[in-house]
Amino acid sequence: MNRLSWRKLVNGVMLTLTGVCTVVTISVLFVILGCLLYFGAHSLNWNFFTRLPLPPGEEGGGLANAIVGSLQIVGLAALIGIPIGFLAGVYLAEYEDRHFASVVRYVADLLNGVPSIVVGILAWTLIVLPMKTQSGLAGSVALAFMLIPIVTRQTEQFLREVPLALREGALALGASKWRMIATVAVPAGSKGILTGMILGVARISGESAPLLFTALNNQYWGGLREPTASLPVMIYKLATSPYDDWNRQAWAAGLVLITLVLLANIAARLVLARGVSVPRG
Amino acid sequence: MATATATVKVVKTSTQTGDIIARWVVTLFAASLLAMAILLVYELVIGSADARAKLGIWRFLVSTRWNPVTEDFGAAPFVYGTVVTSVLALLISVPFGLGAAIFLSELAPARISNALTFVIELLAAIPSVIYGLLAIFTLVPLMRLYIEPFLKRTLGFLPLFQGTIYGVGFLTAGMVLAIMTVPFIISVSRESLLAVPRDQREAALALGATKWETTWQIVVPYAKLGILGSIFLGLARALGETMAVTMVIGNDPSIHASLLAPGYSIAAVIANEFSEAGGKIHPAALVELALVLFCLTILINGFARLMIMATTSKGSKRP
Repeated sequence: MNRLSWRKLVNGVMLTLTGVCTVVTISVLFVILGCLLYFGAHSLNWNFFTRLPLPPGEEGGGLANAIVGSLQIVGLAALIGIPIGFLAGVYLAEYEDRHFASVVRYVADLLNGVPSIVVGILAWTLIVLPMKTQSGLAGSVALAFMLIPIVTRQTEQFLREVPLALREGALALGASKWRMIATVAVPAGSKGILTGMILGVARISGESAPLLFTALNNQYWGGLREPTASLPVMIYKLATSPYDDWNRQAWAAGLVLITLVLLANIAARLVLARGVSVPRG
Repeated sequence: MATATATVKVVKTSTQTGDIIARWVVTLFAASLLAMAILLVYELVIGSADARAKLGIWRFLVSTRWNPVTEDFGAAPFVYGTVVTSVLALLISVPFGLGAAIFLSELAPARISNALTFVIELLAAIPSVIYGLLAIFTLVPLMRLYIEPFLKRTLGFLPLFQGTIYGVGFLTAGMVLAIMTVPFIISVSRESLLAVPRDQREAALALGATKWETTWQIVVPYAKLGILGSIFLGLARALGETMAVTMVIGNDPSIHASLLAPGYSIAAVIANEFSEAGGKIHPAALVELALVLFCLTILINGFARLMIMATTSKGSKRP
């Protein structure tokens, strides 16, 4: 074989291999979805959504408390985390002081990379120790800590996509800076910012590690002042239990959780795909 | 006339006050991120003080004993498990991730590339407990019945593939982590590959290089900092990953040479023991483990961010 055909062979083989890598990676997603549907779908029924968990051996329990608990914990986390993250993001995009802003930006990125279990320890020392009990509130605070840096960076990123000319127009008409931000810059970037918030909330709603010792778990209805069940922690407990019936419920809960997370992701990206609210200048 | 000037003055001062207040409010919220980071470090250092006082930093890091009853704690088995599983994960995920990133940036048409990247980002959005759930019921039996016996038969002369087969262990955890880190490596590497200027490719192709030679010898070296950054980002994620690892690593606090043996990781032991840790030393030792993990991931993350910044700002693709 001469040198040229050898080079062409290498070319063909390697390029095919990159395609194989892509196909294998993509197929993982479909394997995961397929498994969840196959094992989880037949355990989904009315009881699953409306009843409390039962002790092992008794058929027909549900995870209503975990579904409601997740909504409570994630909802409160969003209420705490979104305003803080949003305003910090506005600062980074609109009021850049050279040194302080770059320090905040770098810290936000580092906080984004802190393992979720470590964030759980922070919430534990701040909330669980003084309250002397695990609680839904502690879980919310842990998730809010994770949400803040995500929302900050996303808000900043999408505010930066708003053309400078729009801002200058508003300022030239005599608007003060904060009015310009509130009535021109933020509305123009709102689609992107909203997308970022939805993605952030979707991400924290699947987190279980920070909830393990903050919200803990509960076989009954929880609340902000007492241990509260959540879907991800429930999946962990049910999947690692030795009972077949509980394992089946874990699959069903997994199917519910992934449906919610993927729907949020797809919806957020479809909103964004419609484009930024203003034409690029 | 006089009244007009007065009104103008009033308006001007009120907008200025508004601006000053707004500036203070947003600066305050930005500063809260710094406060959060400082609080995190402070709590980790204070929370682990009892363990440091009793065991000493160095002894804690190198000791292999973990005994809550005698309050004798060592971090070595957990650090070992964390590092081994993460490195294993990268050995599998880097070739796959880089291959897919090359396909998506160099070969696939823009529409297909964007669609596939969307699917890969969905993969990154799957909660880790779901990966753990799937791994327990599909990957673990697969490893126990087929893959690990096969490895033992063919490569059993190596100390890496000896001992009893459980299905759970370092290798299984590494494989799960590999699947979880691939999406991050792909999306960041693809960005850096896309940031390589077109002229670089055209020049190489014009000199008669094949597509693969252009990619491997010109484009990839040009983007190598960004690719390295993506690998470090994947490494940081793998080190801190909790749920999926906890569910498949086997939870055995000892150091084994064999990858088939069960082990433990830092995040997994915190997840398993923190809510039930009694006394003063046991929780403090777990917080100290968290501090070790925190330092590891911060170091690697900081490194990764710097490298990614260096390449994506260098590229000339965007105006």
